[in-house]
Amino acid sequence: FALYFIRHDAAQQNCDVTTQVSLQLALKFNGGGHINHTIFWTNLSPNGGGEPQGELLEAIKRDFGSLQKMKEKMSAATVAVQGSGWGWLGFDKDSGRLRIAACANQDPLQGTTGLVPLLGIDVWEHAYYLQYKNVRPDYVKAIWNVVNWENVSERLQAAKK
Amino acid sequence: FSAVGYVRRCAATLNPILGAVASRQKHTLPDLPYDYGALEPHICAEIMQLHHSKHHATYVNNLNVAEEKYQEALAKGDVTTQVSLQPAMKFNGGGHINHTIFWTNLSPNGGGEPQGELLEAIKRDFGSFQKMKDKISAATVAVQGSGWGWLGFDKDSARLRIAACANQDPLQGTTGLIPLLGIDVWEHAYYLQYKNVRPDYVKAIWNVVNWENVSERLQAAKK
Repeated sequence: FALYFIRHDAAQQNCDVTTQVSLQLALKFNGGGHINHTIFWTNLSPNGGGEPQGELLEAIKRDFGSLQKMKEKMSAATVAVQGSGWGWLGFDKDSGRLRIAACANQDPLQGTTGLVPLLGIDVWEHAYYLQYKNVRPDYVKAIWNVVNWENVSERLQAAKK
Repeated sequence: FSAVGYVRRCAATLNPILGAVASRQKHTLPDLPYDYGALEPHICAEIMQLHHSKHHATYVNNLNVAEEKYQEALAKGDVTTQVSLQPAMKFNGGGHINHTIFWTNLSPNGGGEPQGELLEAIKRDFGSFQKMKDKISAATVAVQGSGWGWLGFDKDSARLRIAACANQDPLQGTTGLIPLLGIDVWEHAYYLQYKNVRPDYVKAIWNVVNWENVSERLQAAKK
């Protein structure tokens, strides 16, 4: 990612728009990959699992009916990703609502949809294949055991500002 | 050649109204022309078994489900549902097409170099066999996310071309190029053995490429 950023920066300084544009794909892919995984590691915890509390739980109930319904909706959207990608719980600043979305490849949620990322589930095959093989649904089911709801709550608080 | 299938297809031609729904044949998983372990050490048995009996099989099953729903929507004139089914048909249809080609592109007796017309075409369109391998390897490794690298035939120019497709997008359906040789770089195609080192897998696969099959496909494409 850093390499592409440097090349893009150099191209900008030289007013080389053609090169800038040609580098955008690499910036999106590697930049998105960096953003997404940086969020992901904080979304997980060995002390994770269980249920969210407080404002986050209230928001989930308000926007999805219940925690279970939110988990089912997000799991379904995540499993259904065609190819590589991510499932997301995001915050829509315009409506003040939680939303579920899926992104392809390493497309970053906020950069491509405007939603603020709260919780991501990586379903690139490398995220689960060695353990779950082709059975993506088992991995998505298991990951709820390590979701760090405190981190998701913090992200919601930050998103609301 | 299936006599039953032939009769069914004739029936469909004779009964365009009834035939459309009644005689649609289900897609089936083709047998692998070799054992799961036959491509070792280049592609391990566990990958081949999962890839064929799980991944390809799932595309076949889901394609049949999607087509069945599509037929119902066609019969009802429900265009909304037809359109909503298109991603599933492209994904699973492409997956079925791509993998059916892929299994024939590989062989335990593969590797080495192509011969005859195929070799001449490669030299003409890429300069040399090595340059073609380098170019398709680079394009294939560079695929962002899941997808395939392809050596294809351009009927308009009668030239060989290299292309990459995302996900299970079928080469011919999306670009018009006729698929000759495909390299699957979905992570499931290599991860158990090569982990994240996609370039090592793409380098190894040349040891099992079935050049006879690629030649046959070129002959068929030229007709």
